[in-house]
Amino acid sequence: MTTTLPAPTAAAAAHTAGAPAAGHDLLRLATAGSVDDGKSTLVGRLLYDTKSVLTDQLDAVERVSRDRGLEAADLALLTDGLRAEREQGITIDVAYRYFSTATRSYVLADTPGHVQYTRNMVTGASTAELALILVDARHGVVEQTRRHLAVTGLLGVRHVALAVNKMDLVGWDAEVFGDIVGEFARLAGRFGIDDVAAVPVSALLGDNVVDRSAHTPWYAGPTLLEHLEAVPVGTNPALEPLRFPVQYVVRPRTAEHPDYRGYAGRLASGVVHPGDEVVVLPSGRRTTVVGIDRAAADGTVEERELAFAPQSVVLRLADDIDISRGDIIAAADRPSTLTRSLTGTVAVLADRTLRTRDRLLLRVGTRTVRALVDDVVDQLDIETMEHRPAPDGLSLNAIGRVRLRLAEDVAIDDYRELRRSGAFLLIDESDGATLAAGMAEAPDRSAGEGI
Amino acid sequence: MSTTTTETTTETNPVTNTVAAQALSADTVPADYVLDHLDHLESEAIHIFREVAGEFERPVILFSGGKDSVVMVHLARKAFAPAPLPFPLLHVDTGHNFPEVLDYRDATVARLGARLVVAQVQDYLNDGRLRERADGTRNPLQTVPLLDAIEENRFDAVFGGGRRDEEKARAKERVFSLRDAFGAWDPRRQRPELWDLYNGRHTAGEHVRVFPLSNWTELDVWRYIAREDIELPEIYYAHEREVFQRDGMWLTAGEWGGPKAAETTETRLVRYRTVGDMSCTGAVESDATDVEAVILEVAASRLTERGATRADDRLSEAAMEDRKRQGYF
Repeated sequence: MTTTLPAPTAAAAAHTAGAPAAGHDLLRLATAGSVDDGKSTLVGRLLYDTKSVLTDQLDAVERVSRDRGLEAADLALLTDGLRAEREQGITIDVAYRYFSTATRSYVLADTPGHVQYTRNMVTGASTAELALILVDARHGVVEQTRRHLAVTGLLGVRHVALAVNKMDLVGWDAEVFGDIVGEFARLAGRFGIDDVAAVPVSALLGDNVVDRSAHTPWYAGPTLLEHLEAVPVGTNPALEPLRFPVQYVVRPRTAEHPDYRGYAGRLASGVVHPGDEVVVLPSGRRTTVVGIDRAAADGTVEERELAFAPQSVVLRLADDIDISRGDIIAAADRPSTLTRSLTGTVAVLADRTLRTRDRLLLRVGTRTVRALVDDVVDQLDIETMEHRPAPDGLSLNAIGRVRLRLAEDVAIDDYRELRRSGAFLLIDESDGATLAAGMAEAPDRSAGEGI
Repeated sequence: MSTTTTETTTETNPVTNTVAAQALSADTVPADYVLDHLDHLESEAIHIFREVAGEFERPVILFSGGKDSVVMVHLARKAFAPAPLPFPLLHVDTGHNFPEVLDYRDATVARLGARLVVAQVQDYLNDGRLRERADGTRNPLQTVPLLDAIEENRFDAVFGGGRRDEEKARAKERVFSLRDAFGAWDPRRQRPELWDLYNGRHTAGEHVRVFPLSNWTELDVWRYIAREDIELPEIYYAHEREVFQRDGMWLTAGEWGGPKAAETTETRLVRYRTVGDMSCTGAVESDATDVEAVILEVAASRLTERGATRADDRLSEAAMEDRKRQGYF
């Protein structure tokens, strides 16, 4: 190594244990930053200081840094993408990075800050439990920050970590940090985000990313990684109603299991026990769960006393009723709403304008139905957060509300309450392209009056 | 470390302490409902297998006997139990196989009662449709037999064991990766993938490559192999082997073309981190004879598995990206 990096720091050494601790869990997070605020460097720093970067990758970074005439190895190169991107000087889309510590594994959706910003961040945020938003300490909260918060709030990401980066360039000034955090938190509140933790960092130097900085004696909070380690993961499924989209009907018809019939799926929310009353939607037939099966490592089936989101299991039911892929098995006392008319907020992801009268496919859970855009209600102006009319429809990266008419009854939930069963896609039937991502509002009870 | 310690000694940071403290009380998940990270990854992979079974007519699992494909088959079996595996297996055989791996492949197929389709690179070399490369490496030659097998069998979904942590082109690929009739991956035309709503719609002539292990790391795969007690081809564990050194890798002597005159063989204690074409898959020196020892070794390793063992990825900085664009996995 001629272009040298400091060795990963002491705190990182603890992260290389072979066996994970009991209860080692998984946190999915998405990054968001503006151009040049050091996001790639911060992600590179997280990977490097958690020893998730290996020697051959590092050698490549050092070689390229030298070739480009840089004095120090540029950690941003760790997240450098494809040749197609380098040649065109663009970032195509979301890249996924992995690192782990003794307590947690992390899946980080690294979303580019500029080109097709909304499309990428919506995609990255859809599976994230935490949004890591960067602000350049010299510039404070900027227009892009507002967009990041808008998308974060819209997608229902529950935790936000604010990294105020480049603190070294503002002389580690506590007041600068405090002002940015105050403004950020006020803005976050407007988007319905109340869990914000802020950390003053220098991604370039590594201060407060994994290791505590000597430059911020006025800051007693956790480093960024310490915060990521402590954020609660998941929601309490016992507080949510059961939603079980049926993926596949398991019917072995073998000598050993001639009459077995089970419904395979992954719990989108809630818990289920044998004996629970459930309703199958859209048919509305009520029945009882008689068994929860999960395969053991040797391929035999074990009966379970409990399953909870997001486990994948097979449910057996008391009555022999007609159930197929696309149906939802839901808690009988708190079922989804059945509707043929749906209003939701959509983010347009394709270079194809969404207009009133468009005929599309709607995908929710495991179900796909025909849909007609009854009305493009409005478009969200992300600068002013005002809703304004959208007479020309919604084009790529636009966010707005649409009202849809559906060809069949669909069971759906309010996205703000149940993320998995309130999320939908709009698909172009001709070529299968994903046109828009949607988040349903509390649906009208309008079953039976469709297109 | 708990977020409740988030405090500042000045008034400059009024937000972090109050808000972070609230978060803990509202979000506490009872211990009965906590999944560990392997359970998460397993549930996600099973969900992916079932989505494909529900949406496609003729899926197939790419099965080489390598550890990732072994884990895939294990997960697929769990996804549909107690029913048998609803997919056939497909092996693209370079002709440069480790005999232990072929034995393992055949034993696994027999145990599962599965159907195995084999596409032979050698057939293409014999009749001149493909030509041997100057470097003797056959991995890049797999693409044409793979695409032909997909077309002949009308497979519409092809499961691969690719993981995003392997390589930067893989880091950007979707779980459901739409391919045209040439199998080509176009990173600019990928569909955005949101929540767990995988869009598998495709038109005639197109197919979808599906990567259920997208979010797994090499270490996750090994930990899962240990947890589930999954049997692997024995060459994954340390053993004595006649090897010779080329380009800093230990290669096995064999009919595929090694060693050359200037290369000398010697016996070393080695194991394989990846299993592929013998001509370009290197062994690493190791005394890890069981899965626990391998986990410790992988966790301590300072080289990625492809960097350590794959000559084909050393061809150029964008070697994988180029192969994927040509229809490779």
